Amino acid sequence: MLHITTLHYLVLGAALFLLGVIGVLTRRNVVIVLMSIELILNAVNLNLVAFSRMWGGLHGQVFAIFVITDAAAEAAVGLGILIAFFRNKETVNIDEVNLLKW
Amino acid sequence: MLIGGIAVITRKNPVHSALALIITLLAQASLYLMLYAPFVAGVQIILYAGGIMVLFLFVIMLVSIDRSIRERQFNSQWIVGIIAATALGGLFIAVYAKGSSIFPQHVLPAVENDNTQKIATMLYGQYMFAFEIASLLLLVAIIGAVVMAKKRI
Repeated sequence: MLHITTLHYLVLGAALFLLGVIGVLTRRNVVIVLMSIELILNAVNLNLVAFSRMWGGLHGQVFAIFVITDAAAEAAVGLGILIAFFRNKETVNIDEVNLLKW
Repeated sequence: MLIGGIAVITRKNPVHSALALIITLLAQASLYLMLYAPFVAGVQIILYAGGIMVLFLFVIMLVSIDRSIRERQFNSQWIVGIIAATALGGLFIAVYAKGSSIFPQHVLPAVENDNTQKIATMLYGQYMFAFEIASLLLLVAIIGAVVMAKKRI
């Protein structure tokens, strides 16, 4: 049976990170962009916990808890900005955010 | 988990994307359990899947989705985005193929009876400063989000 080494977790984390990056770069809906950012943060968390398992200490897991806390704060602020933006423009496209465009 | 991730970035309806993200987060919590990290798995389920995603769903309900479902889905610069993501993926593949020999093949199974106690000891001992700063960050985020979303300051 194939042993699941640390490398498998890291590759899975990299794949999730890639999916999140594709989501941020290509979607038009702001809410889905914010959810792709959460995917990226989860990929980083998976890397952290995998390395914490490899090295034996618990520092990676404590860092992962802090990353989850940060993700919560940033999601709240991002959604607040989204609501303020939606109140002014009545749309959730990010192509419409072009007031500063030359 | 990868199927959930793909569903997040490709669904037209943002509610479907949010549900796919919840599935991804739950799958990730089970991966944390495989990595002998039960406390992080519990925090992930309670905070992330039970708190942040509920917040996302509330905001999706507030923001009208009827117009956004009928509109075009992908960005006007999606080609450049896919090229950049492919370059990043190539970089990842190169790094992991080259350095795959430094990871050990067998890792001893860890004890997980006192995982929560050990994490709590580290949080309150070694990472006390970061803990306080995180709580301050949450306070600032709450004030910021409330001020942003108010109709009249």
